[in-house]
Amino acid sequence: MVITIALDRCADDPRPFFEAATPTHPSLIDTEHRTADLYRIVNVPTGIWIDERGRIVRPNAPVFGNDAFVSMHGIPSGPHLDAVRAWVTEGKLPFDDAGVRARQKLPTPEEQLARAERGLAWHLHRAGHSEAAERHFVRAGELAPHDLTIRRGSMPIRGLDPMGPPFMELYQEWMATGRPYYEKLPD
Amino acid sequence: MSRAPFTLLDEGRAVEVPASASGDGVRIAPDDLRAALGWELKPQGLCLAERCVPVRPTSGIVHHDGVDLAAFAAAVERPLALDTAERVAYLGASAGERAERLASLEAPDFTLPDFDGRPHTLSAFRGTKVLLVAYASW
Repeated sequence: MVITIALDRCADDPRPFFEAATPTHPSLIDTEHRTADLYRIVNVPTGIWIDERGRIVRPNAPVFGNDAFVSMHGIPSGPHLDAVRAWVTEGKLPFDDAGVRARQKLPTPEEQLARAERGLAWHLHRAGHSEAAERHFVRAGELAPHDLTIRRGSMPIRGLDPMGPPFMELYQEWMATGRPYYEKLPD
Repeated sequence: MSRAPFTLLDEGRAVEVPASASGDGVRIAPDDLRAALGWELKPQGLCLAERCVPVRPTSGIVHHDGVDLAAFAAAVERPLALDTAERVAYLGASAGERAERLASLEAPDFTLPDFDGRPHTLSAFRGTKVLLVAYASW
């Protein structure tokens, strides 16, 4: 079973994707970033495997449905899709428990404070206090500069174009740090 | 000092609590703190059920006008985002608690609405393999 979660400000933002794909699986909306907090999701798309017993068997990792941007991020979709098929049809797991733990990225105090600042900003925004909200969105981004669910995800809320110059600026700043845009899962 | 309503967002859940908010900080009466968050001021410290955190005189938690919200958050190791002027604060989950849950490999449960507003709970899918995919329009 696939379950998708849109880390968006409302259902209308991802609705065109939903309507184009007409999925039969649960397609959920997480305006509060509850799952980002629980699973330490810092960018999209992120995939997590959960087995029949409710255990994490493959940790958070960038996963793709196609290779549209593979030249940018260097993570081809094929190996993950093949691994999903092998898991579903043969029960084959890529890692044991220790292997999953070794590959998990766990949240830091700064990241959790950033989530609190983002939560406060989102509350203030919805209460109509956009100026106060802006201060806390900015603070959240400063605390977790690598968290795209905060920095890019807050752009539509803050009236910034997440596909336009504000994103290009963020992307260039990011590239200058030498950090990969997606945190690749170690082999 | 007057105690107007102050909004505490406890991991997103909003609770109204009487508090004084000034340059000195946000102060909440111990009874109101207990009603809002469950933490109780006892002789042995701040307690939530069986767990107690010692309150030292130097920690700045307890004042004549109540418990200081920022010092309380630090004592219980929870991140606090505070807007004194807007009288609202977000009390998040600690990195330690989140990390421990993830490392247990027990998938944290959640309930979220779909496009029709119908709620779905992850744990209702026990017995089925789940590929959770987070995406966004941005």
